Amino acid sequence: MPDATGLELIAQDIRAADEESILDTVYLRGRATLIVNPPAIKPVLEALRGKGYGFLASLHGVDYWPEEPRLGVVYELLDMDSVDRISVKVRLHTDHPHVDSVMELWPGANHQEREVFDMFGVVFDDHPDLRRILMPEDYEGWPQRRDFPVGGEPVIFTYNEDRVPGYPE
Amino acid sequence: MSTTEYPVAGTDAEEELLTINMGPHHPATHGVLRLLVKLEGEIVRDCRPVIGYVHTGIEKTAEDKAYWKAIPVVERMDYLAYYFNAMTFCMAVEDLLGLEVPRRAQYLRVIHLELNRIMSHLVWLGTSALDLGAISMFWYCFREREKVLDLFEQSSGQRMHTRYIQVGGVFEDIPVGWVEKVKAFTAEMPRRVDQYAALLDRNEIVLRRLRNVGVVDQETLLGLGVTGPLLRASGNPWDLRKASPYSAYDEFDFRIPVGTVGDNYDRFKVRLAEFYESVKIIDQAIDGLPEGPFITEDRKVALPPRHELSTSMEALIHHFKLVTEGFRVPPGEAYAPIEGPRGELGIFLRADGSAKPARVHMRDPSFVNLQAFPHMVKDSYIADLIASLAMLDPVLGGIDR
Amino acid sequence: MEIERHHSQDLLRGLEGEELDRYVEERVLTTTLDKAVGWARGNSIFPMTFGLACCAIEMMSIVGARVDVARFGFEALRATPRQADLIILSGRISIKMAPVIRRLYDQMLEPKWAIAMGACSSSMGVFNNYALVPADKFMPVDVHVPGCPPRPEALMHGIVKLRAKVLGSPDQGWRERYRALGTEEVVEAPVEAPQADNVYSGSGGGTDGA
Repeated sequence: MPDATGLELIAQDIRAADEESILDTVYLRGRATLIVNPPAIKPVLEALRGKGYGFLASLHGVDYWPEEPRLGVVYELLDMDSVDRISVKVRLHTDHPHVDSVMELWPGANHQEREVFDMFGVVFDDHPDLRRILMPEDYEGWPQRRDFPVGGEPVIFTYNEDRVPGYPE
Repeated sequence: MSTTEYPVAGTDAEEELLTINMGPHHPATHGVLRLLVKLEGEIVRDCRPVIGYVHTGIEKTAEDKAYWKAIPVVERMDYLAYYFNAMTFCMAVEDLLGLEVPRRAQYLRVIHLELNRIMSHLVWLGTSALDLGAISMFWYCFREREKVLDLFEQSSGQRMHTRYIQVGGVFEDIPVGWVEKVKAFTAEMPRRVDQYAALLDRNEIVLRRLRNVGVVDQETLLGLGVTGPLLRASGNPWDLRKASPYSAYDEFDFRIPVGTVGDNYDRFKVRLAEFYESVKIIDQAIDGLPEGPFITEDRKVALPPRHELSTSMEALIHHFKLVTEGFRVPPGEAYAPIEGPRGELGIFLRADGSAKPARVHMRDPSFVNLQAFPHMVKDSYIADLIASLAMLDPVLGGIDR
Repeated sequence: MEIERHHSQDLLRGLEGEELDRYVEERVLTTTLDKAVGWARGNSIFPMTFGLACCAIEMMSIVGARVDVARFGFEALRATPRQADLIILSGRISIKMAPVIRRLYDQMLEPKWAIAMGACSSSMGVFNNYALVPADKFMPVDVHVPGCPPRPEALMHGIVKLRAKVLGSPDQGWRERYRALGTEEVVEAPVEAPQADNVYSGSGGGTDGA
């Protein structure tokens, strides 16, 4: 991880190219996070890749309910030479959850972006094949959002099978 | 990608692609993977994996449980690497809590992780050899696997999904006589691996099935986010145990096997060599096992010992609090990566200050590595697709979670 | 003596003479044949090679050397449902997988049995959530094996129970249990095929050919 100063330096470099790109930097318990303006995600990641963070280790969605903007997409980048990790985060509103796909930079983002779309409903623009990946294709709803119920069904045993709604007879 | 010129069936007019569906129920897909394969004669021109058939919503369920009750749930993701799943989860929680883990616990964790790695590779070897037609390997590997599971059972009471690693340390100290059993196992294991190698590595059929098949170069793999034996087979010695040592891995002497070509044979050899390295780590950890507590003394996180419950009121309160509500974790986010048997196993954990995690996301290596599969099988024979899938070693529970 | 005679008469539903002989002949033959068939079936069940999740790994162990399932004649695992008698639901069943499993089960030929292995396929286990469905909801299950995952020995116990059930009674009774009477698969004879009566009318004397 870059230390707090290193993170500020990185943020400064990126801000030099685009003033609006970085909204905030967070350094907490050894974890450096850049909070990025959603439209600027691709140039920022490209710049970070130029700085050596060339491996997209993970990409995941978060739901910050009840905070706003609710949804978040986190990119965990890794510099394999100096073994350094940095995470980049965008926050999105639920009424317009759109962010650019980074598949051009890392083809490996394909499955992970599809998973975030599947679970949180975040639309990755310019993704060539944005479909549900884990849930059935005709499924409705975004199951891993915080306001989606955990779900589950009553289990049928012989003692309660008559009480289960919809059970024959 | 292979550069071999394959004969094309039929004349130009007859050329057409045939799309076939493999799975989700197919004996060679190592689970419920579904593959849409486009064939031109016998040659695979395109392949698209369709996944989600064992999607369990574990990440959602884990959000509904207290931190220490989420461990058993998380363990069931990649069901051949349960110690690893528990390890990354506990590492992330310890990270957020700022908790110090005793050295003995770290050593015990390493021993179990490496035993788990051996077990996972044994299942891989057995089932892969089965796919290649060597059915006897399956029985040999499962014989050894039972021995590892016996060790797990003795130390934790369960064969699979042991919930041995927990926040702050391990669940219990190892029982009397366990060390001797592990030593007997590590003394035997290298000889067994020699036997496997003798059976497969000099077998003309196996060599022909594996050599120069499914070659993918390093840059493509890195772009796809592939890690683990798959990446190491292509010559990149990336291993988190060496690169950023966690737990007690920096105290052991071991090597990272790497391949040169990046074909299926290298993948096979790399995993075979990892057996020896794991055995070496276990031996060193057993010999150097430090004395001391096996779990942190912090009573806010770890259960008090049983004997304290009848004498100390405070212990009883802590026990009650932990069992009913669990411990609270200060707000924050953590990403804890470790080197699983299949690559970088990372967890993203968000805590919101309550006793339940606000978001658990597992970056499972199988899920990411599967994207390399179309690259591995493109323009090869359909028979090699089975071999390539076996050498990719996907675990569907990890892919779908 | 008189009472006994009445009693047996009652059992035989008032049949006498030649009718009684034929009745006894048919019943005795069928019951012993059913028993023999049950014995043969129970000792050579062909399970399907079908793994879902964690339990599949423990299911593979029963073929291994320690808990050798071949002792009971179950070792011939079939990769296709059309050759299999037994489906072991080894793991959690997602809503995406359930239609596939149902289709596999429907493709199996009768008589067929199902074992729900582990907590997930019986009751969704620790993950009672949006993505899963228990096996009971979409197909009949004969034996539930508890555990998460069950040890191979536990699965063996379930298999031996199933075997005892198959040996003991030819009618598995699941249609009654699941209120599914009348769902039997009936293969209709082709129209141009000769009628059964025409071919066999010489000796059998009007048995219904069942």
